[in-house]
Amino acid sequence: MSTGSTFGARPAINRLFRFQWEPAQQAHVLLYPEGMVKLNQSAGEILKRCDGERSVAEIVADLEAAFNASNLTADVEAFLKMADEQNWITWKDE
Amino acid sequence: MEPLLVPRRPGPLWLLAEVTYRCPLHCAFCYNPVDFAQAGPELATEDWLKVIREAREMGAVQFGISGGEPLLRDDIEILVGEARKLGFYTNLITSGVGLTEARLAALKEAGLDHIQLSFQDATRETNDLITNTRSFELKRQVAAMTKAAGYPTVINCVLHRTNIDHLDRIIEMAVEIGAEYLELANTQYHGWAFLNRDALMPTATQLAEAEAVTERWKAKLGKQMRILFVTPDYQSKKPKKCMNGWGEVFLSVTPDGLALPCHTARMLPGLEFPDVRAHALDWIWHDSPLFNRFRGTTWLPETCQRCEDKEKDHGGCRCQAYMLTGKADATDPVCPKSPDHGLIETALTRAEDNRHTRPLVFRDPKASRRLDRAF
Repeated sequence: MSTGSTFGARPAINRLFRFQWEPAQQAHVLLYPEGMVKLNQSAGEILKRCDGERSVAEIVADLEAAFNASNLTADVEAFLKMADEQNWITWKDE
Repeated sequence: MEPLLVPRRPGPLWLLAEVTYRCPLHCAFCYNPVDFAQAGPELATEDWLKVIREAREMGAVQFGISGGEPLLRDDIEILVGEARKLGFYTNLITSGVGLTEARLAALKEAGLDHIQLSFQDATRETNDLITNTRSFELKRQVAAMTKAAGYPTVINCVLHRTNIDHLDRIIEMAVEIGAEYLELANTQYHGWAFLNRDALMPTATQLAEAEAVTERWKAKLGKQMRILFVTPDYQSKKPKKCMNGWGEVFLSVTPDGLALPCHTARMLPGLEFPDVRAHALDWIWHDSPLFNRFRGTTWLPETCQRCEDKEKDHGGCRCQAYMLTGKADATDPVCPKSPDHGLIETALTRAEDNRHTRPLVFRDPKASRRLDRAF
């Protein structure tokens, strides 16, 4: 299994979790059996793009365009590594 | 002049619907009140739908359906469907008894997210003994059925004196079934479990062995199957912040419509439990005397007020304090700083001595009426 370091890998939300916007919290959350993770804005924006279609490279490009930023690769990879360790995401074939 | 805006406390995150006290099993460790048979009539579907809508509007995200055995009601598909449509993550907490292929398909169609299946033991003998039924084979079938339907397999097994020595086999069985998650919950002594405490409490040696067995499996399995071992309160020497704080995140509704800050609070004396049919959930959560009675830390007894851990544990479990000391606002005797901690020491000492073991009293309506007591 990839740890997210491969640029071409395509992350998807683990089926054990549901990702949604919560108006009451003004935040994206991950819901799972009997629990919830409240995400900060950048985590929410990254996970929103983890659809199993886009590669890490595409997600980075997309975020850089959306937020008029550059050099987000390291941040995104670090977050995805953590998300992988937490089991929030799985990887589609590379 | 602009009105002064006081930020409101958040609403509950958890809504637990205990839809019925009826149950095909008769587990001697059940936390339901011993006098459950005297509860009023069950809520109607419409009442539950109102509760679900109100809770979601307040920001609740987790919806649990439990009991008793929730499958004994024929409207849980409707409740799940509404909850899911509103954005709840929906959890069915069941023994699996009564879950047919057709029922499972209907629940999945309604959008059920998650099923937590309870197992009582890995051997047919103890499973059937502790539940006083023949349900073991059925449970294995149900586990296979939910897995085939695409649900992650999440198993809860309550541990006690009579099954804790089989833990190695219990974990092995969970692996065989392909469980993703196994919760090993040591019995908490509420309701029927309190009544049966002497018969259910493991010895210190049994418990230490169980923890060692769990650690070995955890190391072996890693992410393949997560294991959560819930330490029993009595042996932990640390009071728990019950329900993550009274009226902080959790709201439970009994089959007959009483809103509670925890599963077992209806045993507490001198409190008025608001009826969800008579009051809005918003009032119940924010303003009812019940939900404010043990909220925060200002009400804490002297022992806790001077303790540095009071924000961490809020003085522990109110029901445990009441059952053991007769005072709902006492420090949880589980805490070594409690003046009543000797009561815990006595119970633990009794567990070391087989002579105190009593025959189990099984949870059923007849025994409930005969015993006529809350715990």
